[in-house]
Amino acid sequence: MEIAVLIKQVPSTDSVVEIAADGTTIKTDVIKWVVNPYDEMAVEEALQIRDAVGGSVTVFTLGPDKAVDALRTALAMGADTAVRIDTEGKALDGLAVAKVLAGELKKGSFDLIVAGHRAVDDDNYQVGPAVAEFMGIPHISMVIKQELDGDKIRCTRTVEGGTLVLEAALPAMITTQRGLNEPRYTSLPGIMKAKKKPIDTRPLSETGTDVGEAMVKTIALKLPPERKGGRIIEGESAAEKAAALVRALKEEAKVI
Amino acid sequence: MPQGVLAFTEQVDGEFKKISFEAVSTAKQIAEKIGGPAMAAVMGSGVGAIADQTAAYGAQRILVADNDALQDGLVDAFVQAAAQLVEKADPAAVVIGASAMGKDIAARLSARLSAPLAMDCVDVRVDGDQIVATRPMYGGKVLADVSLAGTPAIVAIRPRSMDTVADPGAGEVETVDIELTATALSLVDKQMETGKIELTEADVVVTGGRGMGSDDFSVVEALAAALDGAVGASRSAVDEGWRPVSDQVGQTGKVVTPNLYVACGVSGAIQHLAGMASSRVVVAINKDPEAPIFSKCDFGIVADLFDAVPAMTAEVEKLKG
Repeated sequence: MEIAVLIKQVPSTDSVVEIAADGTTIKTDVIKWVVNPYDEMAVEEALQIRDAVGGSVTVFTLGPDKAVDALRTALAMGADTAVRIDTEGKALDGLAVAKVLAGELKKGSFDLIVAGHRAVDDDNYQVGPAVAEFMGIPHISMVIKQELDGDKIRCTRTVEGGTLVLEAALPAMITTQRGLNEPRYTSLPGIMKAKKKPIDTRPLSETGTDVGEAMVKTIALKLPPERKGGRIIEGESAAEKAAALVRALKEEAKVI
Repeated sequence: MPQGVLAFTEQVDGEFKKISFEAVSTAKQIAEKIGGPAMAAVMGSGVGAIADQTAAYGAQRILVADNDALQDGLVDAFVQAAAQLVEKADPAAVVIGASAMGKDIAARLSARLSAPLAMDCVDVRVDGDQIVATRPMYGGKVLADVSLAGTPAIVAIRPRSMDTVADPGAGEVETVDIELTATALSLVDKQMETGKIELTEADVVVTGGRGMGSDDFSVVEALAAALDGAVGASRSAVDEGWRPVSDQVGQTGKVVTPNLYVACGVSGAIQHLAGMASSRVVVAINKDPEAPIFSKCDFGIVADLFDAVPAMTAEVEKLKG
């Protein structure tokens, strides 16, 4: 089974996000960069499948030099090889990212592609399904369980208010959702081994994919309205406080 | 030349989901600014009968793709149908609900049509001749204004973020014959929790955190039931195995937008605060007066949640009489 995993380097979720002076990007000097948590699950699932049925795991990312660290993490977890498409300072929207990744994936011969259902930085939910569309293969999103069955993959996915079990003919794309697995920690021997594994760097301009101008552009970032510290409801007992709170919710806030 | 705005709708059990009317209202609002008709797209099996309900929200043209092959809600079939309806309607913009299904359709449609997509938007405006959408990023820590260049501009709207506006008119229903090639997906099973209110669609969310101390969420469930709300959980409550992952509110869980959010025994980690930031009114109940959640709430009670929450439930029941 040849498996490709798509990963992205993102600010850790405990990062405080501040807007940079240009008004359209965030301040990056204080950010701790990590592998997108859903992509870590993708790496983990790919490794488990490889270890069960054989084959190899190739990790792809698209990003600047520092994105190498994300690939090293995946290699330390146990991935076999890694590819970085160097964005060469160009700003790409989600669709362009998907187009480039699909172009590179088509150069290989993968049975299964695994990605996070979204990256926790731009929360775009676009790249996985769009890559599948560009490749002309089916995808199943937000998978919490999967099982290979010959030339098919059977997945349980979450939807509003429940779950669906879907089957896709391989080659297929699946995107991960929390609950699928607990990604392994990288071990010291794993990290040492990862340093020797090759990373194939491909400049965007040499991929043969024409991304053109980004169609979606961030023109301004703003912080959501700040919720000021709330009113603490006083009272002699919990019951008294609860009564005063419910009264306030009904009469002032008018939410019940 | 592309004109007007096409809103995709979504049904469950033969009824439109509310997000459908939010999408139609949003399409109508955009169409008034950029010109052309507000249109609704209805896709599914046996959906012809309800299609004209979209006229009540301003849909002037209603395009119906009624096909047995759409019975199982398979995304590859729906994307084919959606692309054909877009071709038929030739809209300048497309609005679709950012539900689980809608996100999948929007993402694939953007690739199929080489069209710009703004996902999970909470606001849309027209600036000159360009559509500008506002969408949360970093789990809601930041709001981004994004411009969309290209046609059709696809805007996927977050449920409960856009108003439904009654705007009754005589919508003209057109049946569109669509051609579907074989699907590579099949539906094997469907497990829906009956009567459960989906977190992302709930008016009221009552969340339990680490302060719950165990998987006994009965006090939180009782308050949620009294308020016709949904039960949520913090990441630590989920990590403890007290609640399923599908209940998790936060940056690596669900982003919720209720009118009332009640956080019980939740300390208020930055990832959790991001996931609930767009709630209208936030109540925090925690016995630790120093809990960070108190700086991000509208009303707070410093008390043991096992005393305060049942007392709240009793008060709510009293109000209901």
